[in-house]
Amino acid sequence: MKSNVGIVIVSHSPKVAEGTADMVRQMVGDEVPLAWCGGNPEGGLGTSVEAIMNAIDQAWSEAGVAILVDLGGAETNSEMAIEMIGEPRAGRIVICNAPIVEGAVMAATEASGGAALKDVVATAHELSPA
Amino acid sequence: MTAVDLKPLVLAVADTVAAHADELTALDQAIGDGDHGLNMKRGFDAVRAEADALAGKPLPDALKAIGTRLVMTVGGASGPLFGTLFLTLGKELPANPDRAALAAALGKAMEAVAARGKSQTGQKTMLDVLVPVQLALAAGKHGAEIVAVADAAAQSTTPMQAIRGRASFLGERSVGHMDPGARSTALIVRALADAMGGRA
Repeated sequence: MKSNVGIVIVSHSPKVAEGTADMVRQMVGDEVPLAWCGGNPEGGLGTSVEAIMNAIDQAWSEAGVAILVDLGGAETNSEMAIEMIGEPRAGRIVICNAPIVEGAVMAATEASGGAALKDVVATAHELSPA
Repeated sequence: MTAVDLKPLVLAVADTVAAHADELTALDQAIGDGDHGLNMKRGFDAVRAEADALAGKPLPDALKAIGTRLVMTVGGASGPLFGTLFLTLGKELPANPDRAALAAALGKAMEAVAARGKSQTGQKTMLDVLVPVQLALAAGKHGAEIVAVADAAAQSTTPMQAIRGRASFLGERSVGHMDPGARSTALIVRALADAMGGRA
């Protein structure tokens, strides 16, 4: 299982993140390492760099990790988390430019077939207008 | 030049952010998600709790610790943005900086913030305050003059249309409100200048 690309879901809302993860699990079961986080360090709406770093650890795969985010702060905090994790792992973590729910399900489905990180990310990116 | 006494500066900034948290939140409610005041207060309260430990560190290490604390506790995009500002200052500044070193380091920090936010001046962000403040510092201006520049710069974001962040979703409706991040940056500049008194 751990050879497939991992998926991390980062939403401002823990409910959105968890619900998205439920939809991913329904599609791919346990074939893909999956983790989610949502909420600021006090549990309100927002995102937490520390929680994102933990989620990346949890979903870590040697094949890499694709992150799906909702709004700007989730992206900025995810970029910060990747930077703080540092190389060599940072080079194998990519934030997808895609809608969070559709992107997570599509990326995970691609990942469950053993696709490489770049193909998983490309699948999610196809959902966004160029 | 003697080493910077960091503790009063940390307390001054944390007190100012806490005192203005409601105002920052109100500004953010007008054009964003309304969490800027609370987020900044959470971040700087966490920094304040470490004030004694920070004061015992060399300046570059203390600034990096402040940056890391903000990144970890703020919980919005302001965390990485203000965090990157302090992290870069810590990376660039010598232990006992003079004014020129401070201006140079702030220049680098400003670029790092621009890269982090994928933004530039004129887009209704904290950069619209940071950039003129850095220019004023580099031009040899002192405390009260720099504070005036920062306040005017924050005001100048009011007629701007937001291009970055949540406020950009409002398009033209973001015009007519001061940017919360620009305001908090100006408040921090004022707190630092006041706490440094004649040395600013």
